[in-house]
Formats: sequence, C-alpha cells, structure tokens
Amino acid sequence: MSSPKAEAVQKTGATPRIEVIERYCKGCSICAEFCPTKVLEMETFVVKVVKPEACIKCMQCELRCPDFAIKVHTE
Amino acid sequence: MAYDYEKSIRPGKLPHIWCPGCGHGIVMKGLIRAMDSCGLEKNNTALVSGIGCASRLPGYVDMCTLHTAHGRAAAFATGVKMAKPEMTVICLGGDGDGTAIGGNHFIHACRRNIDMTYVIMNNFIYGMTGGQFSPCTPTGMKASTTPYGNPDPTFDISKLAIGAGATFVARTTAFHATQIDKLIAEGIKHKGMAVIEVLDDCPTTYGRRNKFRSVVDMMKKLKENAVPVQAASKMTAEQLQGKFLTGVLYKEDKPEYIEQYAKVIAKAQGQAS
Repeated sequence: MSSPKAEAVQKTGATPRIEVIERYCKGCSICAEFCPTKVLEMETFVVKVVKPEACIKCMQCELRCPDFAIKVHTE
Repeated sequence: MAYDYEKSIRPGKLPHIWCPGCGHGIVMKGLIRAMDSCGLEKNNTALVSGIGCASRLPGYVDMCTLHTAHGRAAAFATGVKMAKPEMTVICLGGDGDGTAIGGNHFIHACRRNIDMTYVIMNNFIYGMTGGQFSPCTPTGMKASTTPYGNPDPTFDISKLAIGAGATFVARTTAFHATQIDKLIAEGIKHKGMAVIEVLDDCPTTYGRRNKFRSVVDMMKKLKENAVPVQAASKMTAEQLQGKFLTGVLYKEDKPEYIEQYAKVIAKAQGQAS
C-alpha cells in the first residue's frame, strides 16, 4: 500500500508518540494495512508500533481504527 | 493532536461489542466528530435507534439516547421531535432495521420532512441475528438464508429516501472516514429530513460467506466502487456499472413538518396568522 505520494511527503517536526490501547485492539489489521509508511505491524492479533520514526502524522490509523485503540500524539 | 473521543463516550463502555474490523466503530467516530463540529450539547441532543448491531451505537455515546423496538427508530424519533422541537434528533440504525422491518416508518419520516438526521449503516446483511439476507443484500450474494445466492433485487436506500421525500440525501462509505463526519454535520445543519447512507462492512456474517479474504479486502472493495457524484457526470453508463455514487446526492428546501404542525395548532386554537 506504500504509495509514491506518501513517500514524497517530507517528515517534519518531532516523531509523534503512537499510543496503542491493547485492551481495545481486536486485531482487524485495518491500521497496519492502510499505513502509508508501514509504521504498524500485526503481531499475534494485536497491533505493534515497529517503525515510529517513519510516521508522517497522516493520522489514518487513528481515523480508521474501529475500536478506538490507536492515538497519535503529535505534540 | 490525537482526537479526544473519550469525552463523548460513556465511561467503562469500551471495548465495544462489534466484531474485529466492523465499520460501525468508524461511523461512531465520524458521528462524534460531526456532533463536536456542530457544537451539539449533551442535554439537547437525542440519539434514537432500533435493534441490531448498528443500533447498539447510542449505548456507547454520552448523549440523551433512546434504544427502541426493532425498526421503530424513526417513529420514536418523530415523537421526541414533536414533544421537544428544540432538540437535535439523530436516528441511527442498519439496513435491515431501517428499510425492512422499519421501512414503513422510514419512508413516512422522509415524506413528512421532519427535522432530523437519519444515519443508516448499510452492511448489506442482518448481522446480529445470524446473517440473514436483508433488502440491501446484493443480488447473487450469499447469506445464511440464501446459501445459493440471493435472487432478490436490492433497495437503493438513497434513491428510496429521495423518492419518499427526504430533503437531504447523501452517501459515503466506512472507508471514506473524513467524509462521514462532513456529511453527518451537513445533515444535522440541514432543516428537514436528512438521510446519510454509510456503506459499511460486515466481515463476520457477510464477508466470510462471500469470499472476502479479510476486512481489508472489504474496505478496498468499498474504495474501488465508490464514485464521487462530481466525477460520475463525466462517466458513461458502462463505466458506472457496479459502482455507487458518493457525496451529497440530493438537497432541497421544503417546509418542515414541526413548523407546519405548529401552524395547525395555532389555527385550531383560533390564533391563525
């Protein structure tokens, strides 16, 4: 799913803190699949933040998570 | 900054009951953002729903909520709006609740043009009761009661709403997360009956039976088949085959029911203007 458009985005500012509330996560993998820079990965039915430094703060994971389990703290 | 959804959710209610990957959670997020952007207050907003997976939604949101009989959300919402016209009334429900069991209430709420917003989460199936086919199950697709494929033609909820007289009709999908809150907010601000159809995914009872490999597959399908209304005018009928339009499909200004009814009351009491 990594699109050229997303790769062209320049990373600005500090790396955001991505909070995963594991108790809420049901492992649907929507967030990992639609992350343009593959920051998230599935690990035994729970999402894990594997490359936080690659995050471009597009907020798609937070927007699409049906379970309210991901928060991207940008400041 | 991370969006603060928790302030609008009843404490201790998460994690919710919906299956992994169910789009209702995405719609709930959109609804919360829409209500925030319209500045709706807890005590002056009523969320009304019937029965079904989608109708569980008001149980989680910290507003005035009413969980009613199957399909009767529109009827109860009409009652709330008549008794308290100053309240913002939002109806929530699924395709089975809204167009099959509650089809009659739905079309007459549209016809009367009552000032409320009806968000229909169309996941093409009765999810909670075991995956029976609904009026919105696409022809040929499988459900627990149509194991050889559904022979019925389907309802187009948006066209049904326009035909019945709703004055604001829009359609989006669970994939188009930012469009959900924009359209719901527009519907809330609209004076009259607003119907927002959100095409949703049901991985458990619909996806499994119809050879979708995963919930992501279902999301991608919604993305591929959605055509924005503006783009559709430049496309041929052939190109539009199997696609659906998204965005604001219909909007007009017509007299609103509660105001018209107030005039009748005034006339009956001898104060006709």
